[in-house]
Amino acid sequence: MSVLAVIEHDRGTIASASLGVLTAARNLAVQMGTSLEAVTVGTNADALSTVAAQYGATVVHQAHHSALTDFGPEAWGEAVAQVVRKNSPQVVIGTGTERGHEVIAQVAARLDLPASMNCLEFDSSFTGAQPLKVVRARWGGSLLEESEVDAAIKLVTLANHTFEAVESPASASNVVHEVELNDSVMHSFVQDRVERVAGVTLATAPVVVSGGRGVGSAEAFAPLEELAGLLGGVVGCSRAVTNNGWRNHTDQVGQTGTRIAPDIYIACGISGAIQHWVGAMASKNILAINTDKEANIVTKAGYAVIGDLHKIIPAISEEIRRRRG
Amino acid sequence: MNILVCVKRVPAPGARINITEDGLGVDTAFLGFTVSPHEECAVEQAVQLVEKHGGEVTVLTLGPAEAEEQLRTAVSVGAAKAVLVPITESDWDPQRTAQAIASVITDLENANGKFDLVLFGNESADSCGYQVGIRVALKLGRPMVNGAKGLDIEGSVAKVRRESDAGMEIYLLPMPSAIGVKEGINLPRYPTMKGRLASKKVDVTRTESTGSVGGLKMIQLQRPPERVSNTQILGTGPEAASAVVDLLEELGVFK
Repeated sequence: MSVLAVIEHDRGTIASASLGVLTAARNLAVQMGTSLEAVTVGTNADALSTVAAQYGATVVHQAHHSALTDFGPEAWGEAVAQVVRKNSPQVVIGTGTERGHEVIAQVAARLDLPASMNCLEFDSSFTGAQPLKVVRARWGGSLLEESEVDAAIKLVTLANHTFEAVESPASASNVVHEVELNDSVMHSFVQDRVERVAGVTLATAPVVVSGGRGVGSAEAFAPLEELAGLLGGVVGCSRAVTNNGWRNHTDQVGQTGTRIAPDIYIACGISGAIQHWVGAMASKNILAINTDKEANIVTKAGYAVIGDLHKIIPAISEEIRRRRG
Repeated sequence: MNILVCVKRVPAPGARINITEDGLGVDTAFLGFTVSPHEECAVEQAVQLVEKHGGEVTVLTLGPAEAEEQLRTAVSVGAAKAVLVPITESDWDPQRTAQAIASVITDLENANGKFDLVLFGNESADSCGYQVGIRVALKLGRPMVNGAKGLDIEGSVAKVRRESDAGMEIYLLPMPSAIGVKEGINLPRYPTMKGRLASKKVDVTRTESTGSVGGLKMIQLQRPPERVSNTQILGTGPEAASAVVDLLEELGVFK
Protein backbone atom coordinates (compact mmCIF):
# COMPACT_ATOMS: atom_id res chain seq x y z
CA MET A 1 0.00 0.00 0.00
CA SER A 2 1.66 3.19 -1.14
CA VAL A 3 1.72 6.04 -3.60
CA LEU A 4 4.66 5.63 -5.95
CA ALA A 5 6.40 8.66 -7.49
CA VAL A 6 8.35 7.96 -10.68
CA ILE A 7 11.49 10.10 -10.64
CA GLU A 8 12.45 11.51 -14.02
CA HIS A 9 16.12 12.22 -14.49
CA ASP A 10 18.61 12.73 -17.27
CA ARG A 11 21.80 10.72 -16.78
CA GLY A 12 21.44 11.15 -13.03
CA THR A 13 20.33 14.80 -13.01
CA ILE A 14 16.83 15.07 -11.60
CA ALA A 15 14.14 16.76 -13.73
CA SER A 16 12.60 19.65 -11.81
CA ALA A 17 9.12 18.28 -12.60
CA SER A 18 9.97 15.29 -10.39
CA LEU A 19 9.88 17.52 -7.31
CA GLY A 20 6.29 18.55 -7.99
CA VAL A 21 5.43 14.88 -8.50
CA LEU A 22 7.01 13.92 -5.17
CA THR A 23 5.08 16.71 -3.44
CA ALA A 24 1.73 15.79 -5.02
CA ALA A 25 2.30 12.09 -4.37
CA ARG A 26 3.12 12.81 -0.72
CA ASN A 27 -0.04 14.91 -0.30
CA LEU A 28 -2.11 12.10 -1.77
CA ALA A 29 -0.38 9.47 0.40
CA VAL A 30 -1.08 11.52 3.54
CA GLN A 31 -4.73 11.86 2.52
CA MET A 32 -4.94 8.08 1.97
CA GLY A 33 -3.14 7.28 5.19
CA THR A 34 -0.40 5.45 3.35
CA SER A 35 3.26 6.06 2.60
CA LEU A 36 5.12 7.80 -0.21
CA GLU A 37 7.55 5.63 -2.13
CA ALA A 38 9.64 6.53 -5.15
CA VAL A 39 11.30 4.70 -8.01
CA THR A 40 14.50 5.62 -9.83
CA VAL A 41 15.74 3.95 -13.01
CA GLY A 42 19.42 3.12 -13.52
CA THR A 43 22.36 3.11 -11.10
CA ASN A 44 23.25 6.65 -12.19
CA ALA A 45 20.10 7.78 -10.37
CA ASP A 46 20.83 6.03 -7.05
CA ALA A 47 22.00 9.28 -5.51
CA LEU A 48 18.53 10.76 -6.10
CA SER A 49 17.22 8.66 -3.19
CA THR A 50 18.34 11.47 -0.88
CA VAL A 51 16.25 13.96 -2.89
CA ALA A 52 13.23 11.65 -2.68
CA ALA A 53 13.73 11.35 1.08
CA GLN A 54 13.91 15.13 1.33
CA TYR A 55 10.38 15.18 -0.08
CA GLY A 56 9.07 12.51 2.24
CA ALA A 57 9.69 9.17 0.52
CA THR A 58 10.12 6.35 3.03
CA VAL A 59 11.16 3.71 0.48
CA VAL A 60 13.08 4.33 -2.74
CA HIS A 61 13.02 1.51 -5.28
CA GLN A 62 16.17 1.55 -7.38
CA ALA A 63 15.70 -0.31 -10.66
CA HIS A 64 19.07 -1.62 -11.80
CA HIS A 65 20.22 -3.19 -15.07
CA SER A 66 23.50 -2.82 -16.90
CA ALA A 67 21.67 -1.45 -19.96
CA LEU A 68 20.05 1.41 -18.02
CA THR A 69 22.74 4.03 -18.58
CA ASP A 70 20.69 6.50 -20.61
CA PHE A 71 17.04 7.10 -21.38
CA GLY A 72 15.14 4.43 -23.28
CA PRO A 73 11.32 4.65 -23.11
CA GLU A 74 10.60 0.95 -23.43
CA ALA A 75 13.34 -0.19 -21.03
CA TRP A 76 12.35 2.48 -18.49
CA GLY A 77 8.68 1.52 -18.86
CA GLU A 78 9.48 -2.15 -18.39
CA ALA A 79 11.73 -1.45 -15.37
CA VAL A 80 9.06 0.66 -13.66
CA ALA A 81 6.37 -1.89 -14.59
CA GLN A 82 8.36 -4.64 -12.83
CA VAL A 83 8.69 -2.53 -9.68
CA VAL A 84 4.96 -1.73 -9.80
CA ARG A 85 4.06 -5.39 -10.30
CA LYS A 86 6.12 -6.41 -7.27
CA ASN A 87 4.86 -3.69 -4.93
CA SER A 88 1.29 -3.01 -6.09
CA PRO A 89 1.10 0.67 -5.18
CA GLN A 90 -2.42 2.09 -5.28
CA VAL A 91 -1.38 5.13 -7.30
CA VAL A 92 1.64 5.72 -9.53
CA ILE A 93 2.43 9.35 -10.45
CA GLY A 94 4.81 10.38 -13.23
CA THR A 95 5.97 13.74 -14.58
CA GLY A 96 3.89 15.53 -17.20
CA THR A 97 6.85 15.90 -19.54
CA GLU A 98 7.61 14.22 -22.84
CA ARG A 99 9.58 11.48 -21.09
CA GLY A 100 7.16 11.27 -18.17
CA HIS A 101 4.09 10.73 -20.33
CA GLU A 102 5.98 8.21 -22.41
CA VAL A 103 7.19 6.15 -19.44
CA ILE A 104 3.75 6.06 -17.79
CA ALA A 105 2.17 5.10 -21.13
CA GLN A 106 4.74 2.28 -21.45
CA VAL A 107 3.95 1.08 -17.93
CA ALA A 108 0.23 1.25 -18.69
CA ALA A 109 0.60 -0.73 -21.91
CA ARG A 110 2.78 -3.36 -20.23
CA LEU A 111 0.42 -3.86 -17.28
CA ASP A 112 -2.72 -3.29 -19.38
CA LEU A 113 -3.87 -0.59 -16.98
CA PRO A 114 -5.63 2.71 -17.72
CA ALA A 115 -3.58 5.90 -17.48
CA SER A 116 -4.74 9.48 -17.05
CA MET A 117 -2.28 12.10 -18.27
CA ASN A 118 -1.85 15.76 -17.27
CA CYS A 119 -3.81 15.65 -14.02
CA LEU A 120 -4.40 18.93 -12.20
CA GLU A 121 -6.43 17.71 -9.24
CA PHE A 122 -7.15 14.51 -7.36
CA ASP A 123 -10.36 13.74 -5.48
CA SER A 124 -9.83 14.91 -1.92
CA SER A 125 -11.96 12.08 -0.51
CA PHE A 126 -9.95 9.34 -2.22
CA THR A 127 -8.77 6.70 0.21
CA GLY A 128 -7.36 4.09 -2.15
CA ALA A 129 -10.20 1.62 -2.46
CA GLN A 130 -12.52 3.32 -4.93
CA PRO A 131 -11.85 4.56 -8.48
CA LEU A 132 -9.70 7.71 -8.48
CA LYS A 133 -11.47 10.84 -9.70
CA VAL A 134 -9.15 13.33 -11.34
CA VAL A 135 -9.35 16.58 -13.26
CA ARG A 136 -7.07 16.47 -16.26
CA ALA A 137 -6.13 18.92 -18.98
CA ARG A 138 -7.36 18.38 -22.51
CA TRP A 139 -6.61 20.53 -25.52
CA GLY A 140 -3.30 21.44 -23.91
CA GLY A 141 -5.20 22.97 -20.99
CA SER A 142 -7.95 24.88 -22.77
CA LEU A 143 -10.54 22.35 -21.59
CA LEU A 144 -10.64 20.33 -18.41
CA GLU A 145 -11.92 16.81 -18.14
CA GLU A 146 -13.26 15.26 -14.99
CA SER A 147 -12.57 11.56 -15.26
CA GLU A 148 -12.30 8.41 -13.29
CA VAL A 149 -9.41 5.95 -13.26
CA ASP A 150 -10.91 2.59 -12.43
CA ALA A 151 -8.23 -0.03 -11.78
CA ALA A 152 -6.47 -1.61 -8.84
CA ILE A 153 -3.37 0.45 -9.67
CA LYS A 154 -4.04 3.99 -10.87
CA LEU A 155 -1.46 5.42 -13.28
CA VAL A 156 -1.36 9.18 -13.77
CA THR A 157 0.94 11.99 -14.82
CA LEU A 158 0.86 15.42 -13.29
CA ALA A 159 0.37 18.50 -15.47
CA ASN A 160 3.59 20.47 -15.37
CA HIS A 161 3.89 23.54 -13.11
CA THR A 162 0.67 22.74 -11.21
CA PHE A 163 2.17 21.59 -7.93
CA GLU A 164 4.80 23.66 -6.22
CA ALA A 165 7.61 21.56 -4.78
CA VAL A 166 7.55 21.55 -0.97
CA GLU A 167 10.08 19.55 1.04
CA SER A 168 9.09 17.37 3.98
CA PRO A 169 12.10 15.28 4.98
CA ALA A 170 11.74 11.61 5.95
CA SER A 171 14.24 8.85 6.29
CA ALA A 172 14.15 6.48 3.38
CA SER A 173 15.37 2.96 2.90
CA ASN A 174 16.59 1.89 -0.52
CA VAL A 175 15.44 -1.31 -2.16
CA VAL A 176 17.44 -2.46 -5.17
CA HIS A 177 15.54 -4.29 -7.90
CA GLU A 178 17.61 -6.17 -10.48
CA VAL A 179 15.13 -5.87 -13.33
CA GLU A 180 15.04 -8.24 -16.28
CA LEU A 181 15.04 -6.62 -19.68
CA ASN A 182 14.72 -8.70 -22.81
CA ASP A 183 15.82 -7.76 -26.33
CA SER A 184 12.45 -6.30 -27.23
CA VAL A 185 13.04 -3.20 -25.08
CA MET A 186 16.65 -2.62 -26.10
CA HIS A 187 16.03 -0.89 -29.44
CA SER A 188 14.77 2.46 -28.25
CA PHE A 189 17.66 3.79 -26.18
CA VAL A 190 19.20 7.17 -26.87
CA GLN A 191 22.14 6.30 -29.14
CA ASP A 192 23.71 9.68 -29.40
CA ARG A 193 23.05 13.22 -28.34
CA VAL A 194 23.94 16.53 -29.85
CA GLU A 195 24.21 18.81 -26.83
CA ARG A 196 22.40 22.12 -26.98
CA VAL A 197 24.60 25.13 -27.53
CA ALA A 198 24.70 27.09 -24.28
CA GLY A 199 22.47 30.12 -24.26
CA VAL A 200 18.90 31.05 -23.58
CA THR A 201 16.18 28.89 -25.05
CA LEU A 202 12.56 29.74 -25.65
CA ALA A 203 11.55 27.68 -22.62
CA THR A 204 14.00 29.42 -20.25
CA ALA A 205 14.35 32.96 -21.68
CA PRO A 206 13.49 35.84 -19.29
CA VAL A 207 12.08 37.86 -22.18
CA VAL A 208 10.22 36.50 -25.21
CA VAL A 209 9.28 38.82 -28.07
CA SER A 210 6.78 36.95 -30.17
CA GLY A 211 5.21 37.70 -33.53
CA GLY A 212 2.01 36.48 -35.12
CA ARG A 213 0.28 36.74 -38.45
CA GLY A 214 0.27 40.51 -38.03
CA VAL A 215 4.04 40.66 -38.57
CA GLY A 216 3.39 39.89 -42.23
CA SER A 217 6.57 38.23 -43.46
CA ALA A 218 9.76 36.45 -42.43
CA GLU A 219 11.81 39.62 -43.07
CA ALA A 220 9.52 41.73 -40.90
CA PHE A 221 10.74 39.78 -37.85
CA ALA A 222 14.03 41.75 -37.92
CA PRO A 223 12.78 44.49 -35.54
CA LEU A 224 11.52 41.78 -33.14
CA GLU A 225 14.97 40.15 -33.26
CA GLU A 226 16.53 43.51 -32.50
CA LEU A 227 14.27 44.19 -29.50
CA ALA A 228 14.78 40.66 -28.14
CA GLY A 229 18.54 41.13 -28.52
CA LEU A 230 18.48 44.43 -26.60
CA LEU A 231 16.60 42.75 -23.73
CA GLY A 232 18.65 39.54 -23.66
CA GLY A 233 15.63 37.57 -24.81
CA VAL A 234 14.59 35.41 -27.72
CA VAL A 235 12.02 35.60 -30.49
CA GLY A 236 8.96 33.36 -30.52
CA CYS A 237 6.00 33.09 -32.85
CA SER A 238 2.49 31.76 -33.27
CA ARG A 239 1.41 28.71 -35.27
CA ALA A 240 0.19 30.90 -38.13
CA VAL A 241 3.77 32.10 -38.59
CA THR A 242 5.21 28.59 -38.67
CA ASN A 243 2.50 27.47 -41.08
CA ASN A 244 3.43 30.34 -43.39
CA GLY A 245 7.05 29.19 -43.30
CA TRP A 246 8.23 32.55 -41.88
CA ARG A 247 9.96 30.95 -38.90
CA ASN A 248 11.08 27.54 -37.76
CA HIS A 249 8.77 25.46 -35.58
CA THR A 250 11.36 25.56 -32.77
CA ASP A 251 10.24 29.20 -32.22
CA GLN A 252 6.57 28.31 -31.88
CA VAL A 253 4.81 29.09 -28.61
CA GLY A 254 1.65 27.10 -27.89
CA GLN A 255 -0.03 23.76 -27.39
CA THR A 256 1.92 22.04 -30.15
CA GLY A 257 4.99 24.23 -29.68
CA THR A 258 6.86 25.34 -26.57
CA ARG A 259 5.36 26.26 -23.20
CA ILE A 260 7.07 29.40 -21.96
CA ALA A 261 7.26 31.19 -18.61
CA PRO A 262 9.32 34.39 -19.11
CA ASP A 263 9.34 37.47 -16.85
CA ILE A 264 7.68 39.28 -19.72
CA TYR A 265 6.04 38.04 -22.89
CA ILE A 266 5.75 40.69 -25.59
CA ALA A 267 3.13 39.43 -28.04
CA CYS A 268 3.12 41.40 -31.29
CA GLY A 269 0.38 40.99 -33.87
CA ILE A 270 -0.89 37.84 -32.19
CA SER A 271 -4.64 37.38 -31.79
CA GLY A 272 -4.23 34.91 -28.94
CA ALA A 273 -6.18 31.85 -30.04
CA ILE A 274 -6.60 29.42 -27.18
CA GLN A 275 -3.95 27.02 -28.48
CA HIS A 276 -1.42 29.85 -28.43
CA TRP A 277 -2.60 31.14 -25.08
CA VAL A 278 -2.08 27.82 -23.28
CA GLY A 279 1.60 27.98 -24.26
CA ALA A 280 2.00 31.56 -23.04
CA MET A 281 -0.25 31.71 -19.98
CA ALA A 282 2.51 30.85 -17.51
CA SER A 283 4.30 34.13 -18.40
CA LYS A 284 4.69 36.40 -15.37
CA ASN A 285 3.73 39.51 -17.34
CA ILE A 286 2.24 39.93 -20.78
CA LEU A 287 2.46 42.99 -23.01
CA ALA A 288 0.31 42.79 -26.12
CA ILE A 289 1.01 45.01 -29.10
CA ASN A 290 -1.92 44.87 -31.44
CA THR A 291 -4.00 47.02 -33.77
CA ASP A 292 -7.17 45.45 -32.39
CA LYS A 293 -7.95 46.40 -28.81
CA GLU A 294 -10.58 43.66 -28.69
CA ALA A 295 -8.10 40.88 -29.61
CA ASN A 296 -8.12 37.95 -27.16
CA ILE A 297 -4.51 38.50 -26.24
CA VAL A 298 -5.17 42.17 -25.40
CA THR A 299 -8.05 41.32 -23.08
CA LYS A 300 -5.96 38.68 -21.29
CA ALA A 301 -2.69 40.65 -21.10
CA GLY A 302 -1.73 42.80 -18.14
CA TYR A 303 -0.45 45.54 -20.47
CA ALA A 304 -1.16 46.56 -24.02
CA VAL A 305 -0.14 49.07 -26.63
CA ILE A 306 -2.65 49.63 -29.42
CA GLY A 307 -1.28 50.29 -32.87
CA ASP A 308 0.98 49.10 -35.67
CA LEU A 309 3.71 46.82 -34.37
CA HIS A 310 5.93 47.79 -37.33
CA LYS A 311 6.13 51.34 -35.97
CA ILE A 312 5.90 50.59 -32.25
CA ILE A 313 8.66 47.97 -31.94
CA PRO A 314 11.40 50.08 -33.60
CA ALA A 315 10.32 52.99 -31.38
CA ILE A 316 10.76 50.83 -28.25
CA SER A 317 14.23 49.71 -29.39
CA GLU A 318 15.12 53.31 -30.13
CA GLU A 319 13.98 54.41 -26.67
CA ILE A 320 16.04 51.63 -25.04
CA ARG A 321 19.15 52.71 -26.95
CA ARG A 322 18.50 56.37 -26.07
CA ARG A 323 18.25 55.61 -22.35
CA ARG A 324 21.37 53.49 -22.45
CA GLY A 325 23.14 56.42 -24.08
CA MET B 1 8.62 0.61 -48.10
CA ASN B 2 5.10 0.53 -46.76
CA ILE B 3 4.03 2.96 -44.10
CA LEU B 4 0.84 3.07 -42.08
CA VAL B 5 -0.16 6.36 -40.48
CA CYS B 6 -2.81 6.39 -37.76
CA VAL B 7 -4.65 9.71 -37.57
CA LYS B 8 -7.47 11.22 -35.54
CA ARG B 9 -10.25 13.59 -36.53
CA VAL B 10 -10.29 16.58 -34.16
CA PRO B 11 -11.88 20.04 -34.15
CA ALA B 12 -9.66 22.51 -36.04
CA PRO B 13 -7.03 24.09 -33.77
CA GLY B 14 -7.62 27.75 -33.12
CA ALA B 15 -11.36 27.37 -32.78
CA ARG B 16 -13.02 28.16 -29.48
CA ILE B 17 -14.27 24.83 -28.17
CA ASN B 18 -17.68 24.96 -26.54
CA ILE B 19 -19.01 22.23 -24.31
CA THR B 20 -22.48 20.75 -24.75
CA GLU B 21 -25.02 21.56 -22.04
CA ASP B 22 -24.74 18.16 -20.37
CA GLY B 23 -20.95 18.56 -20.23
CA LEU B 24 -20.45 15.20 -21.92
CA GLY B 25 -19.02 16.39 -25.16
CA VAL B 26 -17.90 19.18 -27.41
CA ASP B 27 -20.51 21.23 -29.25
CA THR B 28 -19.60 20.48 -32.84
CA ALA B 29 -22.34 22.55 -34.49
CA PHE B 30 -20.03 25.36 -35.65
CA LEU B 31 -16.72 23.53 -35.70
CA GLY B 32 -14.53 22.64 -38.62
CA PHE B 33 -12.58 19.42 -38.32
CA THR B 34 -9.08 18.48 -39.27
CA VAL B 35 -6.42 15.84 -38.88
CA SER B 36 -4.79 16.29 -35.45
CA PRO B 37 -1.68 18.48 -36.04
CA HIS B 38 1.03 15.99 -35.04
CA GLU B 39 -0.58 13.37 -37.27
CA GLU B 40 -0.84 15.78 -40.17
CA CYS B 41 2.95 15.96 -39.94
CA ALA B 42 3.16 12.16 -39.66
CA VAL B 43 1.29 11.84 -42.96
CA GLU B 44 3.63 14.37 -44.59
CA GLN B 45 6.69 12.55 -43.25
CA ALA B 46 5.39 9.21 -44.55
CA VAL B 47 4.72 10.70 -47.99
CA GLN B 48 8.22 12.21 -48.11
CA LEU B 49 9.81 8.89 -47.12
CA VAL B 50 7.86 7.02 -49.79
CA GLU B 51 8.80 9.62 -52.41
CA LYS B 52 12.43 8.98 -51.52
CA HIS B 53 12.46 5.24 -50.95
CA GLY B 54 9.42 3.97 -52.91
CA GLY B 55 6.42 2.09 -51.55
CA GLU B 56 3.10 3.45 -50.44
CA VAL B 57 1.34 5.14 -47.54
CA THR B 58 -1.83 3.80 -45.96
CA VAL B 59 -3.79 6.00 -43.58
CA LEU B 60 -6.06 4.64 -40.87
CA THR B 61 -8.47 6.23 -38.46
CA LEU B 62 -10.80 5.01 -35.75
CA GLY B 63 -13.65 7.45 -35.51
CA PRO B 64 -17.16 8.43 -36.55
CA ALA B 65 -18.26 7.96 -40.18
CA GLU B 66 -17.43 11.63 -40.82
CA ALA B 67 -13.74 10.88 -40.21
CA GLU B 68 -13.69 9.65 -43.80
CA GLU B 69 -13.16 13.33 -44.60
CA GLN B 70 -9.80 13.29 -42.78
CA LEU B 71 -8.75 10.09 -44.57
CA ARG B 72 -9.51 11.75 -47.91
CA THR B 73 -7.49 14.80 -46.81
CA ALA B 74 -4.53 12.47 -46.22
CA VAL B 75 -5.00 10.95 -49.67
CA SER B 76 -5.07 14.43 -51.21
CA VAL B 77 -1.51 15.00 -49.95
CA GLY B 78 -0.12 11.65 -51.04
CA ALA B 79 -1.48 8.68 -49.11
CA ALA B 80 -2.53 5.81 -51.41
CA LYS B 81 -4.95 3.80 -49.30
CA ALA B 82 -7.41 4.65 -46.55
CA VAL B 83 -8.96 2.51 -43.81
CA LEU B 84 -11.82 3.66 -41.58
CA VAL B 85 -12.55 1.81 -38.36
CA PRO B 86 -16.04 3.18 -37.70
CA ILE B 87 -17.39 3.76 -34.22
CA THR B 88 -20.74 5.21 -33.26
CA GLU B 89 -19.42 7.27 -30.34
CA SER B 90 -17.23 10.32 -30.95
CA ASP B 91 -14.33 8.76 -29.06
CA TRP B 92 -13.23 5.52 -27.39
CA ASP B 93 -11.00 5.33 -24.34
CA PRO B 94 -7.29 4.76 -25.04
CA GLN B 95 -7.18 1.05 -24.11
CA ARG B 96 -10.18 0.21 -26.25
CA THR B 97 -8.93 2.35 -29.14
CA ALA B 98 -5.51 0.69 -29.06
CA GLN B 99 -6.95 -2.80 -28.95
CA ALA B 100 -9.25 -2.13 -31.92
CA ILE B 101 -6.51 -0.48 -34.00
CA ALA B 102 -3.93 -3.19 -33.24
CA SER B 103 -6.35 -5.87 -34.33
CA VAL B 104 -7.11 -4.09 -37.63
CA ILE B 105 -3.38 -3.60 -38.30
CA THR B 106 -2.75 -7.29 -37.64
CA ASP B 107 -5.47 -8.22 -40.17
CA LEU B 108 -4.07 -5.81 -42.76
CA GLU B 109 -0.58 -7.22 -42.27
CA ASN B 110 -1.77 -10.82 -42.48
CA ALA B 111 -3.34 -9.98 -45.83
CA ASN B 112 -0.67 -7.71 -47.35
CA GLY B 113 2.56 -8.11 -45.41
CA LYS B 114 4.09 -6.02 -42.67
CA PHE B 115 4.26 -2.26 -42.65
CA ASP B 116 7.88 -1.16 -42.29
CA LEU B 117 6.75 1.78 -40.21
CA VAL B 118 3.61 2.51 -38.24
CA LEU B 119 3.40 6.24 -37.48
CA PHE B 120 1.27 8.02 -34.90
CA GLY B 121 1.00 11.58 -33.62
CA ASN B 122 2.78 12.30 -30.34
CA GLU B 123 -0.59 12.95 -28.71
CA SER B 124 -4.02 13.84 -30.05
CA ALA B 125 -4.84 17.54 -29.92
CA ASP B 126 -8.22 17.01 -28.29
CA SER B 127 -7.93 14.28 -25.65
CA CYS B 128 -4.14 14.58 -25.10
CA GLY B 129 -3.80 11.00 -23.87
CA TYR B 130 -0.18 10.35 -24.99
CA GLN B 131 -0.70 6.58 -25.08
CA VAL B 132 -2.60 5.00 -27.96
CA GLY B 133 0.45 4.68 -30.22
CA ILE B 134 2.54 3.21 -27.42
CA ARG B 135 -0.15 0.65 -26.59
CA VAL B 136 -0.60 -0.34 -30.24
CA ALA B 137 3.16 -0.70 -30.79
CA LEU B 138 3.49 -3.03 -27.81
CA LYS B 139 0.59 -5.18 -29.01
CA LEU B 140 2.26 -5.41 -32.44
CA GLY B 141 5.66 -6.13 -30.90
CA ARG B 142 7.32 -3.12 -32.56
CA PRO B 143 9.96 -0.91 -30.95
CA MET B 144 8.50 2.54 -30.35
CA VAL B 145 9.61 6.06 -29.52
CA ASN B 146 7.45 9.12 -29.27
CA GLY B 147 8.28 12.77 -29.89
CA ALA B 148 10.09 12.41 -33.23
CA LYS B 149 11.26 15.76 -34.63
CA GLY B 150 13.28 14.04 -37.34
CA LEU B 151 12.93 10.70 -39.13
CA ASP B 152 15.17 9.22 -41.81
CA ILE B 153 15.62 5.70 -43.09
CA GLU B 154 19.12 4.27 -43.20
CA GLY B 155 19.01 0.73 -44.61
CA SER B 156 16.76 -1.28 -42.33
CA VAL B 157 16.94 1.24 -39.51
CA ALA B 158 14.68 4.19 -38.72
CA LYS B 159 16.76 7.07 -37.39
CA VAL B 160 14.73 9.29 -35.08
CA ARG B 161 15.76 12.70 -33.76
CA ARG B 162 14.03 14.03 -30.70
CA GLU B 163 14.51 17.20 -28.67
CA SER B 164 15.21 17.14 -24.98
CA ASP B 165 16.25 19.88 -22.57
CA ALA B 166 19.83 18.75 -23.01
CA GLY B 167 19.92 18.65 -26.78
CA MET B 168 18.95 16.57 -29.77
CA GLU B 169 18.75 12.85 -29.05
CA ILE B 170 19.24 10.19 -31.70
CA TYR B 171 17.39 6.86 -31.59
CA LEU B 172 17.99 4.00 -34.03
CA LEU B 173 15.06 1.63 -34.38
CA PRO B 174 15.26 -1.55 -36.47
CA MET B 175 12.25 -1.80 -38.78
CA PRO B 176 9.47 -2.78 -38.58
CA SER B 177 9.03 -0.15 -35.91
CA ALA B 178 6.51 2.36 -34.62
CA ILE B 179 7.14 6.08 -34.13
CA GLY B 180 5.17 8.97 -32.65
CA VAL B 181 5.70 12.16 -34.65
CA LYS B 182 5.64 15.73 -33.37
CA GLU B 183 4.66 18.89 -35.19
CA GLY B 184 7.73 20.70 -36.49
CA ILE B 185 9.28 17.60 -38.10
CA ASN B 186 8.22 19.10 -41.45
CA LEU B 187 5.86 21.62 -42.95
CA PRO B 188 2.87 19.71 -44.36
CA ARG B 189 2.16 20.41 -48.03
CA TYR B 190 -1.11 21.62 -49.48
CA PRO B 191 -3.02 19.24 -51.73
CA THR B 192 -2.47 19.51 -55.48
CA MET B 193 -5.28 19.35 -58.03
CA LYS B 194 -4.22 15.79 -58.84
CA GLY B 195 -4.29 14.98 -55.13
CA ARG B 196 -7.77 16.39 -54.74
CA LEU B 197 -9.02 14.22 -57.58
CA ALA B 198 -7.36 11.13 -56.08
CA SER B 199 -8.97 11.87 -52.73
CA LYS B 200 -12.42 11.90 -54.33
CA LYS B 201 -11.83 8.63 -56.14
CA VAL B 202 -10.13 6.62 -53.40
CA ASP B 203 -12.05 3.66 -52.07
CA VAL B 204 -12.14 3.99 -48.30
CA THR B 205 -12.05 0.51 -46.73
CA ARG B 206 -14.39 0.19 -43.78
CA THR B 207 -13.27 -2.38 -41.21
CA GLU B 208 -15.28 -2.98 -38.08
CA SER B 209 -13.29 -3.71 -34.97
CA THR B 210 -13.94 -4.08 -31.29
CA GLY B 211 -12.11 -3.62 -28.04
CA SER B 212 -13.05 -4.01 -24.41
CA VAL B 213 -13.89 -0.86 -22.54
CA GLY B 214 -10.87 0.38 -20.58
CA GLY B 215 -10.55 1.85 -17.11
CA LEU B 216 -10.35 5.56 -17.95
CA LYS B 217 -13.84 7.02 -17.95
CA MET B 218 -14.67 10.58 -18.88
CA ILE B 219 -17.29 11.97 -16.52
CA GLN B 220 -17.63 15.45 -17.89
CA LEU B 221 -15.86 18.35 -19.51
CA GLN B 222 -15.36 21.69 -17.85
CA ARG B 223 -14.14 25.02 -19.06
CA PRO B 224 -11.22 26.33 -16.99
CA PRO B 225 -11.83 29.64 -15.23
CA GLU B 226 -11.33 32.46 -17.75
CA ARG B 227 -8.43 34.71 -17.04
CA VAL B 228 -9.87 38.16 -16.91
CA SER B 229 -7.25 40.83 -16.87
CA ASN B 230 -7.72 44.48 -16.18
CA THR B 231 -5.53 45.34 -19.12
CA GLN B 232 -3.56 48.51 -18.64
CA ILE B 233 -3.31 50.29 -21.98
CA LEU B 234 0.12 51.94 -22.05
CA GLY B 235 -0.71 54.04 -25.08
CA THR B 236 -1.38 54.10 -28.78
CA GLY B 237 1.23 53.93 -31.52
CA PRO B 238 4.99 54.66 -31.31
CA GLU B 239 4.41 57.39 -28.70
CA ALA B 240 3.83 54.57 -26.20
CA ALA B 241 7.51 53.51 -26.46
CA SER B 242 8.53 55.53 -23.44
CA ALA B 243 5.79 54.01 -21.26
CA VAL B 244 6.81 50.53 -22.46
CA VAL B 245 10.44 51.07 -21.48
CA ASP B 246 9.30 52.46 -18.10
CA LEU B 247 7.42 49.19 -17.61
CA LEU B 248 10.44 47.11 -18.65
CA GLU B 249 12.51 49.01 -16.08
CA GLU B 250 9.88 48.51 -13.41
CA LEU B 251 9.79 44.76 -14.10
CA GLY B 252 13.56 44.61 -13.96
CA VAL B 253 14.01 43.20 -17.46
CA PHE B 254 15.67 46.35 -18.81
CA LYS B 255 18.88 47.17 -17.06
